[in-house]
Amino acid sequence: MSNLSEIVDGTCITVKEVPSSELSVKLVEMGIMKGTELKVLYRAPFGDPIAVDVNGYVLALRKDEACMIEVEKSVAE
Amino acid sequence: MKVALLGNPNTGKSSVFNMLTGLRQHVGNFPGVTVDKKHAKFNFQGEKIELIDFPGTYSIYPRSKDEEVVYENLVRADMQDHPDVVAVVVDASNIERNLLLFSQVYDLQLPTLLILNMVDLASRKELEVDVDELQAQFSEATIVRSNARIKSGKEGILGALLQLKERKGDTFHDTPLCDEFDTHAQEIETRERYAKIRAITDKIVRSKAQDDRTSKIDRLLVHPVLGYLFFGLVLVVIFQFIYVISSVPMDLIDSAFANLSAWSASVLPEGIFTDLLTQGIIPGIGGVVIFIPQIALLFLFMGILEESGYLARVVFIMDRIMRPLGLNGKSVVPLMSSVACAIPGVMAARTISDWKERLTTIMVAPLMSCSARIPVYTLLIALVIPEQTVFGFMNLQGLVLFALYFLGTFMAVLVAVVLKFLIKRSQTGFLLLEMPSYKMPRASTLGLLVWEKVKVFVLDAGKIILAISIVLWALASFGPSDKMEKAGEKAELIAEQNNLSEEETEHLIGSKKLEQSYIGIMGRTIEPVIEPLGYDWKIGIALITSFAAREVFVGSMATIYAVQDDGENNLPLIEKMRAEKDNQGEPVYTLATGLSLMVFYAFAMMCMATLAVVKRETKSWKWPLIQLGYMGALAYFGALITYHLFV
Repeated sequence: MSNLSEIVDGTCITVKEVPSSELSVKLVEMGIMKGTELKVLYRAPFGDPIAVDVNGYVLALRKDEACMIEVEKSVAE
Repeated sequence: MKVALLGNPNTGKSSVFNMLTGLRQHVGNFPGVTVDKKHAKFNFQGEKIELIDFPGTYSIYPRSKDEEVVYENLVRADMQDHPDVVAVVVDASNIERNLLLFSQVYDLQLPTLLILNMVDLASRKELEVDVDELQAQFSEATIVRSNARIKSGKEGILGALLQLKERKGDTFHDTPLCDEFDTHAQEIETRERYAKIRAITDKIVRSKAQDDRTSKIDRLLVHPVLGYLFFGLVLVVIFQFIYVISSVPMDLIDSAFANLSAWSASVLPEGIFTDLLTQGIIPGIGGVVIFIPQIALLFLFMGILEESGYLARVVFIMDRIMRPLGLNGKSVVPLMSSVACAIPGVMAARTISDWKERLTTIMVAPLMSCSARIPVYTLLIALVIPEQTVFGFMNLQGLVLFALYFLGTFMAVLVAVVLKFLIKRSQTGFLLLEMPSYKMPRASTLGLLVWEKVKVFVLDAGKIILAISIVLWALASFGPSDKMEKAGEKAELIAEQNNLSEEETEHLIGSKKLEQSYIGIMGRTIEPVIEPLGYDWKIGIALITSFAAREVFVGSMATIYAVQDDGENNLPLIEKMRAEKDNQGEPVYTLATGLSLMVFYAFAMMCMATLAVVKRETKSWKWPLIQLGYMGALAYFGALITYHLFV
């Protein structure tokens, strides 16, 4: 299991878990929760923030926030 | 009928609002928060409609203080802006996330309109939306299609609002609404809603191909080298435009108000009311109007950056750099704008959703060297900095000017870092930023944005600026007992003895009278306080008068030294200032005094217009007063240290 911040650009992944935290409700509202398929698109200079595709829209989030999202590689890529 | 307009950010909600209301919209306040309430009242087919634009949110549950207005006004019937019906803008190209908010609002049992917007983008993404299926899921909602960007669907929306279906209790998700602050329960409910939404989106939306155009442009614009280069280029172009274009109307406004004053003075009978009008009110209004070209242009450019979608990319590449300062990527544009003028800079900080980051940005923005400091710097540099070349190729005067710009920026960064530890934060900072797809900005949207910002500035901040102008005029025009009269008569006598020309006599009378006015007395009173900085009471007078605006310093100095302010090189003034000697016969304007003054003007909050805008944006006098205080302290001690380093 890895977290979103460790995934290289261009990879499709599935969210395994978003552990409960101060931020988790915000992530869920943005559509990131267990089972959501994401694609890591690109990163800002210095590798932070990270842009991901969430079911058709692009969301930028900081590395600290990406660390809180546990993911695994999608089976069908 | 009160209509609440709701929707996610970047769905075209503002375009829908603009399309429906145009110039009928007004900006007001939601009580207790800093977001503006845009609303409009109009008649449609005999029905009175009040449309209220609520802040764009992803959920009905508030994630910041400002978002609380959505939840509270929708849920609590006793709230002032509780709507009779709701209209939710849903972005057709991003239906899943948009349906979260819509389904929450739908379950409130208010008559509900779903505005399916941006059909053109959706069709370009080769997306098909099955409206019948959507209708089947939300049977008691009315659905209309609209493309606000090309102004289609206006009649359809208004017509539908009048015939919304009655609510009979249909719900999408039948758990009761969570408490406003119970985030745990909210999270569970949101997960459940998304699960249901995901089960139906496949039926509603059919995607044929993926849009990767945005993604390709993005790789260039967030590139570690090209991204910053492009952003730098954008800034250079914007500032060139602002300096070149806005100086024309600003000069026109300046001379128009000066001419109006002179003309009024010549046709009206002499007396106090004429003086109030020609020296207080007209210049005061001129002092408000003069800012309009810069504000309008900056907001035009900012509107283009935002509407096109590029602003989100700027935030993306600047976020990491700004974070150690307690700021985020969104602070970049307000701070950059402040190099032209802090007023639009402070107003632009509105895009920052985190209150602490927004406040920090507002608090440090006036430290950036704005264009009003240029006349002061130019005069002082010409006065005390020799024109010579250093390091073989650098012009020393130019180098000092650059150092002053650097000093302002450096101090802004430093204060931001200090504020990071001082301002309490209710929650940890975060960045969840939607990167909207690129769009061509539309002239009507930009026009309305500029119009609204200028109106807000003139109406809200203008009142305060005008009031302070009149107070300053009164202080400079009146003095205790008849001392001013006597000073004037004495000056006339001296002029006669020395055979001065009519113009020179007038300058001399003006100077002598100012010395005896309340401001003159204030200048003398503060002399012991400013003496350690190397200033005399004459500089004290100029410091007090230029509280209105920094550039007034030059004009005040001209009055004090009884010369014409030629608005250009000020050579006669510089000559007089160089000749000025103190009690010991030493020159007043030494290198130390000059540098000390420059540092003072770099740091001091000498701009009532900015204070008025900060008051408006933070909705309290607390922050502008703190700003006035801390910047005053920085200016005083900065100038003190500078003076003693060079004396």
